[in-house]
Amino acid sequence: MSTAYPVHVEGGSVAVMTLSGQVDRSALTALNEAYDEVAATNATSVLLDFGAVDYINSTGIALIVGVLGRARAENRHVLATGLTDHYQRIFSITRLSDFIAVYPDVTSALEGASVS
Amino acid sequence: MARSLDDTGLVGAVPADETDVIGAPNSEVAVVGVPISDLEVVGDEPPPRRPSRWRRSRGSVDAGPAPEMPVAPDLAVDLAPNDPAIAYFASSPQAVELASLGLDSPGIDAMRAAGVVLVVPLVTNGELVGLLQLGSRLSERGYSKDDRQLLESLARYAAPALRLGQLVSQQQAEARERERIDQELKVAQIIQQQFLPEDLPDLPTWHVAAFYRPARTIGGDFYDFIAMPDGRVMVVVGDVTDKGVPAALVMASTHALLRETGSRLFSPGEVLARVNDLLCDDIPAHMFVTCLVLVIDAATGTVEFANAGHNLPYVRAVDGTVRELRATGMPLGLMPGLRYDEATARIAPGEQVLLYSDGLTEQHNATGEMFGFDRTAEVVAMARSAAELADLCVSELAYFTGPDVEQEDDITMVALERAAGASYGDPAVAVGTVELVRFSVPSETGNEREVVRRVEEAVQHLRLADDPAARLGTAVAETAMNAIEHGNHLAADVPVDVVVIEHPAAVEVRITDHGGTRPDIDPVEPDLELKLAGLQTPRGWGLFLVENMVDSVEHEVHGDLHTVRLTLNLEGGS
Repeated sequence: MSTAYPVHVEGGSVAVMTLSGQVDRSALTALNEAYDEVAATNATSVLLDFGAVDYINSTGIALIVGVLGRARAENRHVLATGLTDHYQRIFSITRLSDFIAVYPDVTSALEGASVS
Repeated sequence: MARSLDDTGLVGAVPADETDVIGAPNSEVAVVGVPISDLEVVGDEPPPRRPSRWRRSRGSVDAGPAPEMPVAPDLAVDLAPNDPAIAYFASSPQAVELASLGLDSPGIDAMRAAGVVLVVPLVTNGELVGLLQLGSRLSERGYSKDDRQLLESLARYAAPALRLGQLVSQQQAEARERERIDQELKVAQIIQQQFLPEDLPDLPTWHVAAFYRPARTIGGDFYDFIAMPDGRVMVVVGDVTDKGVPAALVMASTHALLRETGSRLFSPGEVLARVNDLLCDDIPAHMFVTCLVLVIDAATGTVEFANAGHNLPYVRAVDGTVRELRATGMPLGLMPGLRYDEATARIAPGEQVLLYSDGLTEQHNATGEMFGFDRTAEVVAMARSAAELADLCVSELAYFTGPDVEQEDDITMVALERAAGASYGDPAVAVGTVELVRFSVPSETGNEREVVRRVEEAVQHLRLADDPAARLGTAVAETAMNAIEHGNHLAADVPVDVVVIEHPAAVEVRITDHGGTRPDIDPVEPDLELKLAGLQTPRGWGLFLVENMVDSVEHEVHGDLHTVRLTLNLEGGS
C-alpha cells in the first residue's frame, strides 16, 4: 500500500499533488483520494509532481489517464513536473503530453499554470 | 567433535554447578563427545581441558580466578565407529564402572589402559553423542551410588546440549564447505571465460554463430577460432573430462597448445597429434580432453577435419537432410604418440554445420530421458540459418528438459553456414551469443520489479546509457507483469522464466510463462483521445509501451510455453 499523496493549493488556483514511490496498481487509492481532495478545492489547475516517483508502469499510466479524464470533465488543466527523461518519453509516446503540460520544475509549472 | 566441546562451551558451561556437587575437585573428569554421525574425526586431538571450570568450588565463582589445580593426564579415549561399545552405551545409558563391564571392545580396553574407571554415556533421542570418562577419585575412594546418580543426571542435561553443539558445529562446517565450493566455481568460471574467443572469425561468405552456457558446476568446454598461416580458419570445439578448477586449468593449457600449434601447422590431424603429445606430459591422471578440429577454406567450402573422441559434427543440406562429418580418434591426453586420421568434405552454399559438446546431447529431462543424437539431428534438420541453428537447439533443449531441471554440463555450440549463392568477398556476418543469466520468479504481483533488478544486474557490464537502460527496464517490467498476471494468472507456484542473452550488438531478454497461446492482451492500439472520451478502457498500455521501448518484440508459443523475446540494439538502436 502506498502512502497518501499530499495536496496543497498554490496561489489559490493550482492544486499541487505530490506523488511518491511507485505509480502502479498500488497507487490506485492514494491517487483517487488525492484527486478527491483536489476536486474539493476551487483550483483551476492540478499539478502532478512526480519528483519523488521512482517507477511508473502501464497500470500507473492508466491511473493517470483516469485522473486526466476526471480533471477534464471538471474543466481543470493538468500539468506535470518531476518526470525523468524516460517518463517524459513515455508521456510523449502515450500522447499524455498532448493533454498534460510537462514542466521541468515546480516553479516553471506554477508560472505556466498562471498564464494558461 | 572434540572441537564442538571447545567451540560451543556447552558441555563446559552447563554442568559446571553439578560437578561441584559430585565431589570435584577431587575427581578427574574427562569428557569426550563421540558423535555417531561424525565418527571419522575419531583420533582428533581431545578437547583442551578447562580445569578452572570443572574444578572450581561453588564458593569461588565470584572470588576471582580459581586456583589452578594440577592438570590431569589426558584420559579421553575416542571410540572407533565400529566399536561394539557404541551400541552398548546407546541402549544402556547408565553410569558404568569399567571394572565390572564384560564387553569385548577395543575402545573400552583403551579407556582402562588410560586410567578411566567410570563411564557415563551421553545419550539423547536414543543416540550416543558422547561419553563422560572419569578417572579414579583423587581420594582413592570408589564412586558412590549418589555420585553415579548425579553423573547420570548431569549426563541427561549435557547430552542434548552437546548434540546441539555438534549440530551447530556440523552446520558451520557445511556452510564453510559450501562457501569454498562457490568460491572454487567462481574461479573456474573466471578461468574458463578468459579463454572464450572475444571475436568471431573473419570468414568471407560464411555465417558463424557460437553459443556457450556453463553448467553451475562449470565443466571444461571450450571453443576457438584460429587463423592459420595459409589463410584458412581452424575451428576447435573441445571438452575436458571433470569439472571445476581442475577442468578449467586443463582447458586453459589445451587451449594454449591448440592456438600455438594451429598457428604453425597446416593439417588438423597433425595439430591434434602434436597437442596430444604435449598434453600427455602435464595432464593429471584420469583426465582427458575430447576435441574436434575443423579447418575451413572459406572460398571453396572445403573442410578438413580430425577428431579426438568428440561428437561428430552435423551438416544440414539445403533439402533438409542431415549428415555427419565422420572422423574418429582417441581423446587427447591419454597416451602419447597417437595419430589422428584426417577427413575432407565439401560444404555446399546454403549448407550448415553444427559442432557441439555433449552437454547438449547428454542432458536429461525430469523423467531421466536423454536429449540424444536423434533429437539433435532433428533440430538441425529444422534450422534455416546458422544463428537459428544454435537458437533452435537451445529452445528445443529447454522445451525437452522443462523448467525445473538443472543443466548437467556445459553446453557449447558453434554453428557455421556457407551463404547460399555466396561469392568470394561477401561480408561475413558474425553472431556471437553469450547467455548472461537465467532465472525464474514465482508469479506474484510485484515480482516484475525483481525481474528488472536481475536483468539490470546481468547487463551491468554493458554500461548501457541511461535512456536505453530505462527503456529496457520498462519493457522487461511490462512483459514480466503480463507473464505473471495474464500468462500464469498469478499462480505463485508457476514460474516466469527469464533468460538474458548478449549478442554482439544487442541484448535480448526472453520472458516465458506457461499460459500458452492466448488472445492478444492489448489487441487494440491504445488511443488516448478515445480513452478520455470513454470509448476505450483507460488500460491497455502494456504491449504498446513494450513495443515502443525496444527494437524488436517477438512472441513464440511452444506447447504451454509462451515466450516474449525483447531485443534492444546496443549500437544505433531506436
